[in-house]
Amino acid sequence: MLAIVDYGVGNLFSLKSSLRAVHADAVVTGDAESIEKADRIILPGVGAFGDAAEKLRATGLSKVVTDEALNGKPLLGICLGMQLLFEKSLEFGEHEGLGLLKGCVKPLAGYIPPEYKIPQIGWNALSFKNGGEKSPIFSTIRNGTYVYFVHSFYAADCEDSVLATTDYGAEVTAAAGRENVFGCQFHPEKSGEAGLRILKAFSETERAP
Amino acid sequence: MITKRIIPCLDVKDGRVVKGVNFEGLHDVSSPVELAKYYSQNGADELVFYDITASAEGRRLFSEILTETAESVFIPLTVGGGISSLEDFDRVLKCGADKVSVNSGAIRNPSLIEEAAERYGSQCVVLSADIKRVDGKFTVFSRGGRDNTGIEAISWIKHCVDLGAGEVVVNSIDTDGVKQGFDIELLDAVCKAVHVPVIASGGAGCIEDFITLFTRIPTIDAGLAASIFHFHEVEIADLKKRMAEEKIPVRLTEEYL
Repeated sequence: MLAIVDYGVGNLFSLKSSLRAVHADAVVTGDAESIEKADRIILPGVGAFGDAAEKLRATGLSKVVTDEALNGKPLLGICLGMQLLFEKSLEFGEHEGLGLLKGCVKPLAGYIPPEYKIPQIGWNALSFKNGGEKSPIFSTIRNGTYVYFVHSFYAADCEDSVLATTDYGAEVTAAAGRENVFGCQFHPEKSGEAGLRILKAFSETERAP
Repeated sequence: MITKRIIPCLDVKDGRVVKGVNFEGLHDVSSPVELAKYYSQNGADELVFYDITASAEGRRLFSEILTETAESVFIPLTVGGGISSLEDFDRVLKCGADKVSVNSGAIRNPSLIEEAAERYGSQCVVLSADIKRVDGKFTVFSRGGRDNTGIEAISWIKHCVDLGAGEVVVNSIDTDGVKQGFDIELLDAVCKAVHVPVIASGGAGCIEDFITLFTRIPTIDAGLAASIFHFHEVEIADLKKRMAEEKIPVRLTEEYL
């Protein structure tokens, strides 16, 4: 069983449907016990980092997700859910994240050339880093595969954990992870066949020892 | 490099695709779900469903087919047509839409854009504008191009982006259906005025029209068309191959990488 963490942000329809399409047994839940019992956890999210981090803390799920990940349970953060895995964000003030990955979430504005539009919306190519192509979730994905992005902020200062970047006038973190913790800035549930393969692979990842 | 998007648009009435669609190999040629699957498997980067139903029963059927589509098609899905309240946003988002486009509803009540962007985020709110030259001025039309609002188009679009629209679909009434190419002059003016993604609509008749669009306006993000895709006048795979030849950034499926 895979638990999609429901903490009141974002539309989970597509994520649920895409997991069903790859025959992954998934449940949308905000219940700590269900998340503890699950074999794997997906942390979704759209919207503002501060709000989302606050909701995660207020519901007590922030601690549950962090503890489970530290105990070796596979965790996948998607979009804002990936950003939440990092130590902090500078989106409208400074906010603390889960701190499972080293790094800081910063605005694309000022980082990418001014002629590039913000948010980055659309299909862009993955360029694997640090052996990202060997990561369990990307083992069937070729370098250069296009995936769908919608975001205005990006994970910075995360050289150790970056698994893939994308070129948006500058190198932007597209995926990050270490051991059993994974994050995708893009939306695998909206990235066609390639996205489904990533979700399928995650639904089959094993616990870290 | 971010790629230029190719977007087929499906007009849906009472849960069926209208405009006699001619597709071989599909069990049900006017099933939006089948067509959406076909396009998604053949290189479409995104899909637009446009609900042209007026009745409550039609709305219910639309919601059903939208749900069914979103359950089986995993590329971005934009829904438009008759969106005039936050309840309308809510209804289509719950059925699996990723973005919602507003047109006449925003003209009647521009604060709808602001409220929707506040609640769902700008990335979810698409402004769709039907524009026609009146006495040489770009003018916004409402109700599917029937009513002249007298509103100047470029300032209208800028205003809507300021209110929170995260993307703009520009449909030129002057070039729509003529199949002589996109309205380069209008689209260029819009791209110079706003810094959010702009989607060109109206006028595509052949592959070269897309090449001209993306070459003449490098800042345009996407090209949208309906009947030329439905009638196989342009195959998305051929179009994308041609774009790649012209060094226009385009998403090719993995077998081409």
